[in-house]
Amino acid sequence: MTAGSESGRIAGNLMRFARVLRKAGLPVGPGRMLEAIGAVEAVGMENREDFYWTLHAVFVNRQDQRELFDQAFHIFWRNPRLLERMAGLTIPAPMDEQPAGHEEISRRVAEAMMDPADASQNNGESESEGETEFDASLTWSRGEVLTSRDFEKMSTAEMREARKAIARMRLPIMDVPTRRWRPDPAGARADMRASLRAAMRGGGDIIPLRKRKQQRRHPPLVILCDISGSMEVYSRMFLQFMHAITNDRDRVHTFLFGTRLTNITRHLRHRDVDLALDRVSGAVQDWAGGTRIGQCLHDFNRDWSRRVLGQGAVLLLISDGLDRDAGAGLGAEMQRLHMSCRRLIWLNPLLRYDAFEPRSLGVRAIMPHVDEFRPVHNLDSLKTLTEVLGQPGGRRKESMAKWREIAA
Amino acid sequence: MTASLPQSVDETLALLRQGNYVADRSLATALYLSLSLGRPLFLEGEAGVGKTEIAKVLSSALGRKLLRLQCYEGLDISSAVYEWDYPRQMIEIRLAEAAGDRDRGTLTEDIFSERFLIKRPLLQSLEPDLNGPPVLLIDELDRTDEPFEAYLLELLSDFQVTVPEIGAIKATQRPIVVITSNRTREIHDALKRRCFYYWVDYPNAERELEILRVRAPGTGERLSAEIVGFIQALRSMDLFKLPGVAETIDWAEALVQLDQTDLAPGAVDDTLGVLLKYQDDIARIQGSEANRILTEVKAELAGTE
Repeated sequence: MTAGSESGRIAGNLMRFARVLRKAGLPVGPGRMLEAIGAVEAVGMENREDFYWTLHAVFVNRQDQRELFDQAFHIFWRNPRLLERMAGLTIPAPMDEQPAGHEEISRRVAEAMMDPADASQNNGESESEGETEFDASLTWSRGEVLTSRDFEKMSTAEMREARKAIARMRLPIMDVPTRRWRPDPAGARADMRASLRAAMRGGGDIIPLRKRKQQRRHPPLVILCDISGSMEVYSRMFLQFMHAITNDRDRVHTFLFGTRLTNITRHLRHRDVDLALDRVSGAVQDWAGGTRIGQCLHDFNRDWSRRVLGQGAVLLLISDGLDRDAGAGLGAEMQRLHMSCRRLIWLNPLLRYDAFEPRSLGVRAIMPHVDEFRPVHNLDSLKTLTEVLGQPGGRRKESMAKWREIAA
Repeated sequence: MTASLPQSVDETLALLRQGNYVADRSLATALYLSLSLGRPLFLEGEAGVGKTEIAKVLSSALGRKLLRLQCYEGLDISSAVYEWDYPRQMIEIRLAEAAGDRDRGTLTEDIFSERFLIKRPLLQSLEPDLNGPPVLLIDELDRTDEPFEAYLLELLSDFQVTVPEIGAIKATQRPIVVITSNRTREIHDALKRRCFYYWVDYPNAERELEILRVRAPGTGERLSAEIVGFIQALRSMDLFKLPGVAETIDWAEALVQLDQTDLAPGAVDDTLGVLLKYQDDIARIQGSEANRILTEVKAELAGTE
């Protein structure tokens, strides 16, 4: 084999590897590709470890991309037949060489390698049934249906699509005035410091009046999410939503509660969504169990409310209000919670039923102490939530009067 | 009177004691480290456990000037570091104009000279002082916002402030910096990293009794013991806001003012507002619960006598 054909094969493999990385979400363009080929030529391919770090230096430019790169590298460069197996939609048996802690291949890496364009040149053969379904879910009409479909009734493929849609969501929370100022020609107040500085620049003959304006900023956002059995389908979806918000802005605090309260803010801050959710499931011990809303809110009020609800936070309470303790002590805790935040918005997936009646004791205990009561069961309702948060909004809403009356 | 910095943990403990502050050995260690290594001391804890007091005691015991910066939302450079005296600057410009004898260059230098600079606590703390570098107390840092915290990062690592018109002002000797926080918001790790962190906890019964002896000397021995017993029992309960040391001292003074030599159920109910600041908490403790705790405390004291 001549040297030329050898390097040509390497280039081809590198190109395929780069495509896999791009599919997995790393920003890899043709420029990077060329750099990678140059770098590999410069370093050589004698040593596997050198090869790894050469590609790492070229393709990875953020700390949270390391996991994905690491998995993709080990899978791609170890077993050339792997891609074919992937195309058959079977996750390969754990390889003995695989480093500890990486037994499970990241879903995104797997998906990226599974993609028909990458898996094989021979499209006709490799397109298995699963992939056909995946393609179908990408069509436009399907997307329309998706926005109004209940999370609970979604198939796995639809769930995946919904997760993607959620990851793209942005949350324009309202701005509130702060006590800081910034220069603004149309401002209401004179900025003396800037004015005099400008005067001296002109020699002091004229003092041009500079103005300043009050800065505005969004308040902190605190999310309390119920992860009890009755909420299971929804809470997994909301985790995706919470991850998207947490990484979109500062001052977001997230708590999960079932029978006990867990602060997952730090776990969600990881940019890679799979890794973040992995850490969350590691940290939370009461998935899909019972709910003790009163006790959990009590813990929140005592340990956290003073630490995260300062500075006028907006609070999202995501729960169906079904309480194992039948609302014991819930009213008082809700009142305290309501008094400590700027605005309390209750999101209840049960509200999707037109005939929803706030009859359960938990719901009736919560109802008097919320500023807003909204359904949250599909993509549409999540979208309207972003609109609601965007409005400044007073503390008391007319629409709440009806609910309070029914619940009383 | 100026005193030199303590040379050991024991000396630090003695120094605080001399300023009527009863401290744990762990606190004295953190303080000693911060004094000897010239790093800020970051004190966090519930309201009323004596965080601010440490800075005050330190300045009086060492004979240093105390500079206090009370933080609040929107605290900015003009109220924390420096501000120009605009009215006087404008008069100066007007005078120069009227006299017409100065050229532009010198006027600029004149207007932005130290004469017109109003120094705020952070800039003042960098100035040399006859009694040695001052004690800078940055109180309740959690009340300000993140931008101010970020500004502090720069100041606390270099002890240098840049005024664009004058240039950099650097401290010849580092001030003693004490930062306090009530934890109504988490302070960023980057700032904590530059400091010695100490969590000021509620004192145990023995230490609290000692604090009462020092800070409220008019209180009888028996009353003090009962007060401390009662408050320690309250702290083990699930209340929204537990009473701090400041409340203990206030309560002792209030009871002495009411001529009580012994804790009586009626007096406890009447003065509960000194201890507990939330209506829910007061409603829970008042009456039978207070009675129960009081009986227990008295029984325990009788047992030890």
